[in-house]
Amino acid sequence: MTYQLALSLISGIFIAGSAAYLGTLMLSRKMAVIAGPLGHLALPGAALAIVYGFSISLGAFPFVVFGIIVIWLLEIRTKLAMEALTAIVFATGVATAFLFLPIDKAEAALVGDVSKVGIYETLASMVLGTLVVVVINRSYSKIMLINIHEDVARTEGVNVKLYNLIYLSAIAITVALGVDLVGGLMTAALVAIPAAAARNVSRTLGQFGVTAGLFGAISAVVGILVSTVTGLPAGPLVILTSAIIFLATVPVARV
Amino acid sequence: MSDILLDVKDFGVMLDDSPVLSGLNFSVTEGEFLTVLGPNGSGKTVLLRSLLGLIPHTGEMNWHKKPRIGYLPQGLNQVSVRDMPLTVKDIFGLKKLKPDEAMTFLKLVGLESGITNKRAGYLSGGEFQRMLVAWVLASHPNILFLDEPTTAIDVAGGETVYSLLKEIWQRQGLTIFNVTHDLNIVYAHSTHVLCLSRLGHRCYGVPKEILTPDLLRDVYGAEVKLYTH
Repeated sequence: MTYQLALSLISGIFIAGSAAYLGTLMLSRKMAVIAGPLGHLALPGAALAIVYGFSISLGAFPFVVFGIIVIWLLEIRTKLAMEALTAIVFATGVATAFLFLPIDKAEAALVGDVSKVGIYETLASMVLGTLVVVVINRSYSKIMLINIHEDVARTEGVNVKLYNLIYLSAIAITVALGVDLVGGLMTAALVAIPAAAARNVSRTLGQFGVTAGLFGAISAVVGILVSTVTGLPAGPLVILTSAIIFLATVPVARV
Repeated sequence: MSDILLDVKDFGVMLDDSPVLSGLNFSVTEGEFLTVLGPNGSGKTVLLRSLLGLIPHTGEMNWHKKPRIGYLPQGLNQVSVRDMPLTVKDIFGLKKLKPDEAMTFLKLVGLESGITNKRAGYLSGGEFQRMLVAWVLASHPNILFLDEPTTAIDVAGGETVYSLLKEIWQRQGLTIFNVTHDLNIVYAHSTHVLCLSRLGHRCYGVPKEILTPDLLRDVYGAEVKLYTH
């Protein structure tokens, strides 16, 4: 195995694994779809990174954080559904990106390019991916309680605003990392598909989180390896692998 | 004589700039089983949520003792958990309760130990509702807020839940705020009733003393047949 392939695999495992684990919470809130708009929101940052030659995740991150803060504040102010707010903010992101994204260089921003990640990006994926898993794991029961019934969570003394912020921050990190692996167009799939597949085969909450993370990591490994052999872009292959896993779980889905 | 637990004076709630409740005055003593009665749209749930501090209110609300509240809202039903791989054990885990601690509360509502590993979304309606009662009690409340706790289940199941609540209420000396539009519940289980109507008619007191056919007609805006036992 080459050094570059090892870096790609490590990045892929941490990014896809943590995104899928976070996805189990997003699925329970019927919010998996918002990762897509947030990925699109990352596009102006990715465009800047391509134009000036630095890491796509680094470029994407401030834009996603900005978008998340705007959505968080608008949600408190307007009480509109988060999905609706995200859609408003994401369209602004896409419109801005296409003003100055050089179309001939757009592929990396749109479908990701994990095959060229460097050591620092790999280290960042490991640290941030682990951070997302640890923080979400510690907040899991509180966020799940909010997802089930926000008023009950409040009467149980859960600081709903704080946990929403933690949750959205984890989404911001995950989306920024996901842009590197699968591009701005498909980050939602990284979050939603492994979690949906895990839901099909899990009976308990514990199984749900572990299985989702595992499905995410397997999708990344298979996608990247197939990409190395075929020369096709890794991002779409990662997503297609997770889609195949999902389809395989459908016959045994616990409904 | 029991102590006053809550005083409400000139209490009101505005939603979208229009008053949903206004000029409410009542006191609740410790150990009361208070049922908030009224037709749909009279503000029962709004009153409960504002007493819980979930929505802002005008006027005064004074708790004379620090409330430890257990809340069973109307919207918390099997639909909200059916999509998720949540066992009964997981649901109690959300409150950081270990399975044996959960079992103590589940036994209290007459559920067997085998239930902890079952998916909550697939319990029978009655079992699910009893599990919720156990889940609410697991927070060690001294006050229960119940919003239509039996709407999702059949009459017999509903009666079981209320009998259970009454038994726990008596045994643990709880104070209960219960919302319903079912008059039978008021007569069978409540020590006090607070009625609300869309037209602003109010009453507060002991059910058998104050609920007359005339008053119920004012509250519900239509003739209501009374079957007292």
